[in-house]
Amino acid sequence: MRLLITGGRVIDPANGVDDILDVLVEEGQILQVGREGQGSGVRGQGKKNKKPGNQEPSTTNPDRVIDATGKIVIPGLIDMHVHLREPGREDEETIASGSAAAARGGFTSICCMPNTEPVNDTASVSEYIRELAQKAGRVNIFPIGCISKGERGQELAEIGELVAAGCVGFSDDGKPVADAELMRRAMEYATMFDVPLLPHCEDPSLSAGGVMHEGRVSTELGLKGIPSAAEAVMVGRDILLSEYTGARLHICHVSAAESVRLIREARARGVRVSGEATPHHLILTDEAVRGFHTNTKMNPPLRAAEDITALREALIDGTIEVIATDHAPHARSEKEMEFDYAPFGIIGLETALGLILTELYHSRLLTLPMIVERMAVNPARILKLKHKGTLAPGADADITVLDPDREWTVEERELQSKSKNSPFIGWKLKGKPVMTIVAGQVVWETT
Amino acid sequence: MTLKRKDLLTIRELEPEEIFLILETADSMKEIASREIKKVPALRGKTVINLFYEPSTRTRTSFEIAGKWLSADVVNISTSASSVTKGESLLDTGKTLQAMHPDVVVIRHPVPGAPKILADRLQASIINAGDGAHEHPTQALLDLFTIRERLGRLEGLKVAIVGDISHSRVARSNIQAMRKVGIEVRVAGPATLLPRFPEQLGVEATTDVEDAIADADVIMMLRIQRERHGPTMLPSLREYSRLFGLTVERVKKAKEGVLIMHPGPINRGVEIAPEVADGPYSLILDQVTNGVAIRMGLLYLLTGGQRTER
Repeated sequence: MRLLITGGRVIDPANGVDDILDVLVEEGQILQVGREGQGSGVRGQGKKNKKPGNQEPSTTNPDRVIDATGKIVIPGLIDMHVHLREPGREDEETIASGSAAAARGGFTSICCMPNTEPVNDTASVSEYIRELAQKAGRVNIFPIGCISKGERGQELAEIGELVAAGCVGFSDDGKPVADAELMRRAMEYATMFDVPLLPHCEDPSLSAGGVMHEGRVSTELGLKGIPSAAEAVMVGRDILLSEYTGARLHICHVSAAESVRLIREARARGVRVSGEATPHHLILTDEAVRGFHTNTKMNPPLRAAEDITALREALIDGTIEVIATDHAPHARSEKEMEFDYAPFGIIGLETALGLILTELYHSRLLTLPMIVERMAVNPARILKLKHKGTLAPGADADITVLDPDREWTVEERELQSKSKNSPFIGWKLKGKPVMTIVAGQVVWETT
Repeated sequence: MTLKRKDLLTIRELEPEEIFLILETADSMKEIASREIKKVPALRGKTVINLFYEPSTRTRTSFEIAGKWLSADVVNISTSASSVTKGESLLDTGKTLQAMHPDVVVIRHPVPGAPKILADRLQASIINAGDGAHEHPTQALLDLFTIRERLGRLEGLKVAIVGDISHSRVARSNIQAMRKVGIEVRVAGPATLLPRFPEQLGVEATTDVEDAIADADVIMMLRIQRERHGPTMLPSLREYSRLFGLTVERVKKAKEGVLIMHPGPINRGVEIAPEVADGPYSLILDQVTNGVAIRMGLLYLLTGGQRTER
């Protein structure tokens, strides 16, 4: 199977490429990236420096030619933070439905958090997930393993076995690792495999009972608040432990300005810490909670305008290197509850790129290459995903084609995710993925 | 003139004119309480359901009497919110009730915003009888009514609200209501029980109770609900009483004739000394009496009644 994507603006920050080029794909790999109309481009070549007559006439007879004129061709997006709910809550999401949602959202690889039922703390669960992912045949799924057995925060999970079973990072996501000693040992242990820890930073004693950001809006609504300090206290602890143990640390869903400050300072002194921000924390504030819509309830909570400003600055200056969705499907019946009783979390796979393009690219805060770095290149690097996040010859042919100017409305009936818990339904967005290619196969295309 | 709304969920959403309309309608209702036969046919054929997910004596009774004096059929449903998670959801309960065609559903619930879930989906008028720490609009209305009845005016008055402001729906609704009618509000309480952003509520906050009550026309004491906020907020009721309790000595330092209010039930000797609660300037029982009038007025207005001329 040969695929030729022609006429698009190819943005491949890992290789310093940003030009109108053709991409040729063969047998699931990138074969060549070259000058439009030329069969033989050399990646990264100078703009006017065509090299005609170079070896193979490889664009001959592609099985499919994709005209990407006016579109952007980028390495497939990677979402480091997804909840797929299978095994256990297949009514909310399955690996198949989550894969379809990812494909529609322009993601070619996703990492699934281990808080399923049972949790992913054994090789058999990891293998089960990978098997179902293969069967679904849509996107690459990389499991994240538990830090502690049963996510109970007491004993280390068998991290070595989980690495062997394909886990690329470790987290008790959904729950913080409250015990500092356990976290310290997890970090020391993880250094043996050079895998990153992806902590959900939250001091449970400070957040207990809270359902939204503790701030001006919670003061008015009488909902119990979760102070920013609940997150930042743990970010601080984990940074200090990472500094002490040398472990690689990636802070999940950073939401508070205080956390940003701690991460920035730590990076400046060389601590191996990175962080991610979600589209919703970059776009919505706690003002959205007025009206008590439970699709504005997530953990960490939507914070104040100052926090959005800090997160955006951090995303621009590279303090926060990754945009991840924290896609968290929940059944309608569970979300249609009183605010205190509804579960935390919203879906995000199908709206992430559109939201980022609308709110950060069209407002000129991020360039397209910066977005590609934060949604593909950096996740691949942090998780050491080989042959991902790049369009270099020999890399996996995971490619996203996006139309930065396509206007669309988020429609509930079009969502591929089994759950519909999004606060963005009805939003008009500008920019969307139009084709998703995984291992050289088109797994999603917009008509 | 009628209320141009289906529900009463918050004071926040009310226009000052609507507040005055409710107060005036309640005025005309109050006289019914002094009649030998306490019944008028205004709500004959109407059904009022009291749906209480939290224990309540005075508010539920007050709504029940209000409905009955207006000749409505009143049904009480008491349930515990903890059963919600295993049993029927609030939404399903609401749909079930709707199928019986009530005209008004009065709901008390421990979670902020819960009444809105019903209001958004039911045809019946929903009255919020207290939702968590969010609002308790009928309490604020009856408090305004009581102050106005005694002092003849509202605008320009100064009120101090003392106690656990941060967890209090009574405080939240009263602050809103009082500001809308031109009352200046100060709140006082221990630092652990003051809202983090009092300016967001439009009030000044202090931890100095004597300073807060110094030039107040009315002091409103709130009930200390230790069971609500857990053991980390206050070292003891004894210390609370010593630092914030409304004692005879403290009242003496306030304005001569300052009025004393409390939404009840009171913890005698904790937030308020018995001599103060039972003293000549206490409006605590007037608040209870007026609660019925306010709820009659509100039921009447929400079911489409025209304002009766006095």
